[in-house]
Order: sequence, then structure tokens, then C-alpha cells
Amino acid sequence: MLIRFTLNGEDTVYEGSASDRLLDVLRNKYRLCGVKCGCGEGECGACCVILDGRLANSCLAAMGRVEGLDVVTIEGYRTTERFKVLDRAFASVAAVQCGYCTPGIVLASECLLAVNPHPTREEIRLGISGNLCRCTGYNAIVRAIEIAAWEGDGLW
Amino acid sequence: MFAYSLYCERQNKRIDWWMIDMKEISRPVIKEDHSSKFDGSAVYVGDWPTDGMLFGYFVRSTRAHARIRSISAPNLREGYFTVDHRDVPGQNCVHIILDDMPVFAGDTVEYIGEPILMVVGPDECVVRRIAASEIAVEYDDLPAVLNINDSVEELCAYRFDKGDADSAFKHADMVFEERFETGPQEQAYLETQGIIAEFRDGRVTLHGSMQCPYYVHEAVARALNFEPERVRVVQDVTGGGFGGKEDYPSILACQVSVAAIKAGGKPVRVILSRREDMSVTTKRHPSISRYRVSVKDGRVTGMDIDVVFDGGAYTTLSPAVLQRGLIAASAVYDIPNLKVRGRVVRTNTPPNGAFRGFGAPQTIFAAEMIMSHIARSLWEEPTAFKLRHAVSQGDKTSTGGRFHFPVPISEMMRDVSVMSQYHKKRDLYENGCGRFRRGIGMSMWLHGVGFTGSGERDIIKARVCLHKYPDGRVEVLASNTDIGQGVKTAFRKIAANELLLPQDMIIIQAPDTDRVPDSGPTVASRSVAIVGELIRSASRRLREDWRDGADQVVEEQYAEPDFIIPFSLDKFSGDAYPAYSWGVCAVELQVDSLTGVSEVVGVWASFDVGTPIDINIVMGQMEGGILQGLGYAFMERIPPDGHGRILNDNFADYAIPTASDVPNIQVKIHEMESSVGPYGAKGAGELPLVGVPAAYIEAMEHALGGRRINHIPFGASDVLDALSKAPQMEVM
Repeated sequence: MLIRFTLNGEDTVYEGSASDRLLDVLRNKYRLCGVKCGCGEGECGACCVILDGRLANSCLAAMGRVEGLDVVTIEGYRTTERFKVLDRAFASVAAVQCGYCTPGIVLASECLLAVNPHPTREEIRLGISGNLCRCTGYNAIVRAIEIAAWEGDGLW
Repeated sequence: MFAYSLYCERQNKRIDWWMIDMKEISRPVIKEDHSSKFDGSAVYVGDWPTDGMLFGYFVRSTRAHARIRSISAPNLREGYFTVDHRDVPGQNCVHIILDDMPVFAGDTVEYIGEPILMVVGPDECVVRRIAASEIAVEYDDLPAVLNINDSVEELCAYRFDKGDADSAFKHADMVFEERFETGPQEQAYLETQGIIAEFRDGRVTLHGSMQCPYYVHEAVARALNFEPERVRVVQDVTGGGFGGKEDYPSILACQVSVAAIKAGGKPVRVILSRREDMSVTTKRHPSISRYRVSVKDGRVTGMDIDVVFDGGAYTTLSPAVLQRGLIAASAVYDIPNLKVRGRVVRTNTPPNGAFRGFGAPQTIFAAEMIMSHIARSLWEEPTAFKLRHAVSQGDKTSTGGRFHFPVPISEMMRDVSVMSQYHKKRDLYENGCGRFRRGIGMSMWLHGVGFTGSGERDIIKARVCLHKYPDGRVEVLASNTDIGQGVKTAFRKIAANELLLPQDMIIIQAPDTDRVPDSGPTVASRSVAIVGELIRSASRRLREDWRDGADQVVEEQYAEPDFIIPFSLDKFSGDAYPAYSWGVCAVELQVDSLTGVSEVVGVWASFDVGTPIDINIVMGQMEGGILQGLGYAFMERIPPDGHGRILNDNFADYAIPTASDVPNIQVKIHEMESSVGPYGAKGAGELPLVGVPAAYIEAMEHALGGRRINHIPFGASDVLDALSKAPQMEVM
């Protein structure tokens, strides 16, 4: 069947089964490999994408669910001004270690700041609690999002 | 240069690093791999294009111990084939320390999940279906040993003495005896294990997720019976390791390269699913430690320590893990008389192996807890009692070596006490009652830098190489892998600093065994301290001999420092490590006595890792290590199921800490130069995890009115169990 959706701003038609996993389609068909598979069960958040403005685990989304929606992956998000602010903030405190959780965390940060441009530290921790990171102990990530919220004042 | 303002957690305000007194080398730079990882363009093993690639999937043992009676495979459709032990061209074993683990199971299987054969073909879904439903293995069950207590088969054993423990016990006023248990722990790197292998023109090329390309290289060459030149190993961007990619990639690489030989020139890829990864890869060794401690005139005079680790079905790295665990068994304490015995026993469970800390977290936990318990029995405040026993510079180590450098434990303890308000809270929370009870605990520990014993001198013999190109750029050639810990950035900083060049004139790439010399594995907190120092001295030599426009190569090889007392493994005597890194940590928690659920309220720590090579990187190691230590203390458990299976093989059932499980961790770097590593750096990677469980459990004991705790992990049900029993009399 044909599934129509917007992928990183472009109208896209996917020909395949409605039960195909969004994660596999993004990685294999569209070669958007910034979307990582950490568990395949919706526990780790490495495969996060933005579905119509909301953070979603692409490993739990079937293509049928994507019909008519706006899908943004890290590859689409990285062209934005907001991305650049987050990029500088994460770089300044070395909040990226192995990097496998990072694209998911970036999109989680965006979704948090979009609804709450000046979150408290606790709100940041809650906002990224669906994204596992085994390297950093989260301190640096929380700090980076605080910095981005401040430096990017007005962008969100 | 780096114009972005930096923010300091400790004061929760902006700090301009340039303004404060910090060595040039410690000032943060943007990590070499930041951009490609941040925008998702970094290529991990699973991100390579898969056109023309074959995929492998394992048929694994469903029995803990059995003889394989028969394997029935259907006639596979074209393009699909199986690989098993008969296809291994060399000896059917994976070389790690010993050669006891088969590449594919032969006559018997020794644990649930042991690979029997691999199905290979062009469609990953079809391959999985064939492996799961079309291949039938029949077994004749054999008796299985599933419990560390039931095992009598030793994989390795060591013992050593210091002073005269028997006489210490004979003359003791009091003798304390306790038994401690620690559980297994899964590394839970976010990227699962994965390798791609290709056989072409008589050579096999492997790339994938790994810590130690030369370990993989040697294991594959032996399994294939190839000359070393016919094997090439390249590291892909690696999504975390923590020790889990020290040993296991050798196993997977042997299996995948055997498949590649049969694949007619096509690359073969195996990437484990999360469930597969968690149920079959190596974990931290579960342990049982028995401590007998003699006390005379209020001072500990001797320890008689017996340690047992559960090695699982094969040896992997167990001997080295046990060595480190035993040497650390008296922790930071100056114990004049020691008797230390340890063994790794075999069980029919997945083999255990390397995990950050490498045997030390188990024994340090036991030593810290018994020291606290003795202190409380003697009505002395635990931290004061511990400090009274702490080693200082010049003292003998447990193996009769020396602490050659200053020991900063007391200053660090003072700092952590102030940061955490330890003494005030210790009094305030004493004998808490009501539903919510608070507690605070503190632990202190050390971690030896580099390989245990004479490993660096006799086994590793690290080499590095610098290649200066005519255009003036310099390439660092070393086999150490960046697995997220930032070693590429650190190496580049060291070379740039010594060569007086800007960072972008230094090239550093992921190791490729065709190009880099063997500078040893990326383990044991050795990369910066040992290999970084080789890079520094090679850079210095290159600078002195710098010729504009010339193509120059400089090599450097490890030489043991002169001050070292040579280590003998037979006698367990001498300097097991050239230097030690130090840690002190305080944990405050709150327990809900109704539900048993506890919440970490605060974590404060101080670490001495010598001069930080980049403060940001070091802070990241410290904070991340602490959180893994907390997970080990109360969240992460693998309950035995009675059949040798790991049932909680996923992140829902094996929970690792999330961002909302802990508050901000507050870390102070106690900067003190050592004289082993570059610019006074020491080892940093493993240290922060090692002693954290003891701080957590001491806080828990404090919150629970002094009830003694002898095991980790200690979760909500353990809290309720403990509360159902009366506390011991002495409370301190």
C-alpha cells in the first residue's frame, strides 16, 4: 500500500506494508542512520523521532500510524537554528560520549524546550527520562540543555 | 579558539575556565568526535550500507549443560548456509587468556545461549526464521552447576600473604567475621555488539564495535589458522564498552570471520539484538567474600580474606579480574598482616568477564563494609576509624610494593564532608523513625593504574608511532580506541601540546591494525596514563628532530619506570601498579519504609586522577562512573531462574538509571600531579565506579537504624526484609 507522510519537510510516499516498523523504514529505505536502534522495544529512546511535534520511539511506530504525519529525524533537525544552539551547548560541556543515545537526546531536548523554553533542572531530568544514556551520568546533558535554554532565549 | 562560556555545576553559575587557575592541558576543548556524533552522521557498525551483504544469526543452546545428540537442518534454499565448529579452519577456540572457549560448540554445550551454529544468508528476516524454527537440536542433558556455592571446579586460584596473619589473630583482642555477596552487572552499552567480516584475496578484514583491535586480531588469526598479515581489524565508531567490548568482540569476530570464509567474498554482518546481547554476553563476576579481621587495641592488625568469583562456563578474562580483585581486597587500609585467597569457579552460566573496575568493586565493597561494621562495634565514627587505618605515602601495598606517591585521602575526605555536610547529617538522621527515613554514608577507595602486575612490561609492551607528513601535519598511530571516553581527543591534545601545534594539525583516526602498532588494549584505565605518556615522549622527540617539509616517523616503546619494585605473579609480590588513583564518595538517600523504595537525595565525590587531560572529559568519566556504581548498588540485578537462563534480558526488566532516578552528582577533582602519566595524569576510567556501592549501602544502613547489610544489589524488597528484623544494638 501507499503511505503518504512528510519526512524532514519533504512530501514522501512509502510503498510497503502498514505494519513495517518506522525505525527500519527510516534506516533501511531512506538511509537515515542517525536514528539508532538501542533496544527495539521502546525502552531506550535511541530511535526517537519527532512525530507531529511530539517525541516518539520509532521502533514502536508502524508505518500505518505515520500516514499524514510530519516526521522529523536528526537529519532533518540538524539544519535548524535551534539545533546549532544545542550543538554548541552540548559541545561546551562534552555532553556527548559514545554518541549512540545522542540523536535521540537532541530530539528529546527539542521537544522539551518547545513546550517549556526555560525548564528547571528537575523538568529537564524528567524531559529526557525516556532516553537512556550509560556514559555520562546525565549531569553534562542536563547542564547542556540548561545552557541551550539560556543561550537560545527566544528561539523556542 | 573555543569561545563558548562554560558553566560550572558545583557553584551552579557561569565560570570562565580561562580565568581560573588551570593547567593549559586541562582546559576543555570540543571533543574530536563531537560533531559527527551530535548530528547523527557518525557511522557505527550497523550504519554501513548493506547492499550485497549477508547476515548471520545464531542457533544457541537451550540447555545449561548437555551433549548434543543431533542437529537436523533442512535443505536450505539457495544463498543460505550454516556455519559450525567443523568450519573453523584453525583450532576451535577463542584465544583470550586461555583457549578453553570454543568458537562454536563441539560435542557439548556449557551454558544457555552458547552458539552452536550460525545461519547465514542475504535476508535477515529469513535467516532469523531459519535459525529459530527450521533447525532442530536434540540434547542429552548433563548435570548442570548453576550456583556459585555448588561449584567445585576452579578456573583459576591465587593466594598470597603479607606479614604474619596467624600470629595477628592469635594475639587479637577481637575477631570479626563477615560474608559479603555482590551480584552480576550488565555493561548495558547503548550500542549492542556487532562485527562485519569480509574474506577477499586470501585476507579477512573485520570492522565493528570493539575496545581492543589487537585482541580481536590475535583471536581471529588463531581461529582461522592465518598468518597475522592475513587479518585486518578496524574499529568502527563504538557505542560504549565499559569492559563489555574487551573480551566479547574476540568471540563474535571469530564466529563472523569463519562465516566470511564460507561466504564467497561477500561481507557477513552480525549485530546482536538487545535481548541476545544481554542474555549471552559477559557480565561483572558475582562474588562471595569472607572476611575475618583481627583487632588489637582498637586497631585492625590482620585480615584473612577468602574471595570466590563466579566465572561462568569459560575462563575469558577471569584470572586477571581475580588478580585485581585480590590485590584491592584490603582497600585503602594499611593492614600489616594479610592472608588473601581467591578463586574463580566454573558454573553453567554465560561466561563473565571485564566490566569497569575489573574485580575491584566486589572486594572494595566487602572491605569498606566490614571496616564500617567494626568501627560501629567499637563505637567509633566509621570515617574516622577508616582514616586512622588509611595508607600514606611510602607504606607497603598488599603485595609488598609501595605507595610511591602522596595519598590524598584525608584531604579528599574533608572536602567531601564539607560538600555533603556529612557529620551534621550523620547526627541529624541518627535513629530516624517515621515513614521516610534518611541516611548518609561515605566510602573511600583506590584504583591501580594500568595492567595488573608486570603486564605492561612482559605482555603488552606498548608501542606508538607518530607520522609527520611533509605538509607539517602529524598523525598519531596507536591502537587505543575511542569508545566514548574521549581518548582520541586526549591523545590529540597531548601531541598538539608537546609539538606546539594547533589541534587541527594532529590527525587521529580509528585504529586499523594494518596501520597502527600494538599499543595494547583499551582497558585498565591505561590509555592516557601509559599510552598517552608514550605519545608525549614521542612528540617531544619529534619536536626536537623536526625538519620542515620532511616525512618523518617516530616510534616509542614502553619501558617500566625505574622506581618500580618488580612484580612477581608467582609470589604476588612487588608493585602491582606504578601508581593509584583515589576516590571518596558520599551518598545521601531517603527510604520509604512503607514501600521499601529508596531515592538518592545527593551524591558528592572527590577524585584524584592526577592532572586532568581535559576537565570536561574527566568530569564526564567521574559522573558516568558514579551513576553506574549506583545502579550496581541498588537497581541492577539478574535474579537466578533456577535453569541458568537470564530472564530479564531487556531494559524494561533490567533497569539502568535514568535521568530522573538521581539528582545532580557533585564532583570535585582533587588535582595532584603524579609522575607516571603525561603532565602528571593518572588513570581515570574505572575509578569512579569502584567504591560507590559501599557509600550507598552505608547510607542505607544509616537510614535503617544501623541494620547491617552484606550484599548488593539492595533494592526495595531487601529494604522491607531488613526492616522486618530488629537492628543490631550498636548504632553509630
